[in-house]
Amino acid sequence: MTTNGSTPGATLTKDTAPEDGKPIVELRGAGKSYGNVRALHGVSLAVSPSRVTCVLGDNGAGKSTLIKIISGLHQHTEGEFLVDGEPVHFTTPREALDKGIATVYQDLATVPLMPVWRNFFLGSEMTKGPWPVRRLDIARMKKTADEELRAMGIVLDDLDQPIGTLSGGQRQSVAIARAVYFGARVLILDEPTAALGVKQSGVVLKYIAAARDRGLGVIFITHNPHHAYMVGDHFSVLRLGTMELSASRDEVSLEELTNHMAGGAELAALKHELAQVRGVDVDELPEEEDLTAPVAAAPEETS
Amino acid sequence: MTQATAPATGSPSPASPAVHKDGRTTERSLGRRLLARPEVGALIAAVGVYVFFFTAAPSFREAGSLATVLYQASVMGIMAIPVALLMIGGEFDLSAGVAVTTSALTAAILSFQLTVNVWTGVIVALIVSLAVGAFNGWLLIKTGLPSFLVTLGSFLILQGSNLAVTKIFTGNVASDSISDMDGFDQAKSVFASEFSIGGVNFKITVFYWLLFAAVATWLLLRTKFGNWIFAVGGNKDSARAVGVPVYLTKIALFMGVGAGAWFVGMHLLFSFNTVQSGEGVGNEFLYIIAAVIGGCLLTGGYGSAIGPVIGAFIFGMVSQGIVYANWNPDWFKAFLGVMLLVAALVNLWVRHQATRR
Repeated sequence: MTTNGSTPGATLTKDTAPEDGKPIVELRGAGKSYGNVRALHGVSLAVSPSRVTCVLGDNGAGKSTLIKIISGLHQHTEGEFLVDGEPVHFTTPREALDKGIATVYQDLATVPLMPVWRNFFLGSEMTKGPWPVRRLDIARMKKTADEELRAMGIVLDDLDQPIGTLSGGQRQSVAIARAVYFGARVLILDEPTAALGVKQSGVVLKYIAAARDRGLGVIFITHNPHHAYMVGDHFSVLRLGTMELSASRDEVSLEELTNHMAGGAELAALKHELAQVRGVDVDELPEEEDLTAPVAAAPEETS
Repeated sequence: MTQATAPATGSPSPASPAVHKDGRTTERSLGRRLLARPEVGALIAAVGVYVFFFTAAPSFREAGSLATVLYQASVMGIMAIPVALLMIGGEFDLSAGVAVTTSALTAAILSFQLTVNVWTGVIVALIVSLAVGAFNGWLLIKTGLPSFLVTLGSFLILQGSNLAVTKIFTGNVASDSISDMDGFDQAKSVFASEFSIGGVNFKITVFYWLLFAAVATWLLLRTKFGNWIFAVGGNKDSARAVGVPVYLTKIALFMGVGAGAWFVGMHLLFSFNTVQSGEGVGNEFLYIIAAVIGGCLLTGGYGSAIGPVIGAFIFGMVSQGIVYANWNPDWFKAFLGVMLLVAALVNLWVRHQATRR
């Protein structure tokens, strides 16, 4: 456990988190094959409360397959998947949600034409009244959605506007606020910063830290080692479907992480290749640096 | 505005001091927000059509004509409602037209052949209709084929079975009359009676039509299931990922169409005592047209249950108005086609106006 376990924020969480050190979600040598394609093989991962586990990897490294297994969209074909120490085999995302595993997907899992508040509560609607006339508690849902969004620093004038009219960062924040609100114990974030600007990425990273302080175990999928290193407690690097690195924060530096992420030796080879292909560019590079100021000042009139 | 500010005062969040507005969106005017409702375009069109026939056909103005128009609209409108819900849920049902005939035939033939109380036939017909709907939904989910193909298949199966099975039992193209059987009068009073308001006789289907529309609207806007309908039509994968039972919702929607087919089938059976086995072909498009005129998006995820009511009303006005205006009724389909195009364009324009920021 990090020092976060004793922060006041952690005492606010109402659910009974397992004792320290006991992971909520654990993968042991898990893998997944689609027919004869082995997308993931021998992946071991543990997610504990109040810790951020970062999963890094380039495109096609198996990150998406990994989350799909944990979130119940796909099933693993080898190894073990344990929740609270019990082996599980989720067949629907609903089962994962019931175990407290909430996922914020890359494509945000929102329905663009539906209002913000309906999206916020989609699949877990608040209702009132006995069965034949059981209906949505719209006032309470709108109020709760507004409070939760404000707590995350998202202020919307009109919760009735279709969520498709929000910006990417806003939608991402709504999705995170949603997952946090629904009492998730484990929050899976699939490249939450990939489509965002610098400032909005910072906001999302802040929410990741906030979720961690509330006692959630966070799985942060990214291909940006800088973002990962800002909040991560443990780093797993995937490459070509297998684990290349699994290290805690004090065992690895940002530089090492970046190297592993890019594939160390491969990167060197790639650099060499690039230098050959883009020979002209390399020559021009220093020139460009030198000339930045004048060019920016007067691009046309120098000639 | 009150919605946004009221909860803020009770907000425990320290991050939002008092009322804090985003400020990048301005409150849209009432007129513009009204235009954003899916059925407003259809309502404007309905008023236009009404005024048109009101001036063009003097006999259209009588109260009795209105009752006829409403009857015409209700028989189609009762089916258009579940078809519209299914469309909002992102699917089509091309078998809806002949499913009505299937249901009526089932009740008629079963009651007659077994010489049982007609209510037995009515119940069995309901089970058969729901089963046809469930089969459509199940096949759609199992195969992953588009609903257009799946229900085109079931359309042909039902159409053929209607003709063939009827011939096996009656040697004819129509079912035997069941008017002298036990329970017929009782069933007729439920499905095909009339009621009078101010001296004008209305068919009871008009009442059911409006009742079903009200229930469907409540279901769509005020219940969990309604939320799911919009979600599975708007983005099926997202809906599944956040825990919406997508398959259950779709199957239930198809079964809803089955239930509608059963109700209309029972009405036709107890109105006319017999059923022509070849009927119903082509009606599935009328239901879809009513839904589209009523503002339902062909691609799903958007629409209302009031829209198809207005769409069916336009249909009723046009089909009867042409008669009252003493025009050649052959023009009806052409008129309907023009209406469909105009309605689709008006809807497009209205939505564009309303969502423009």
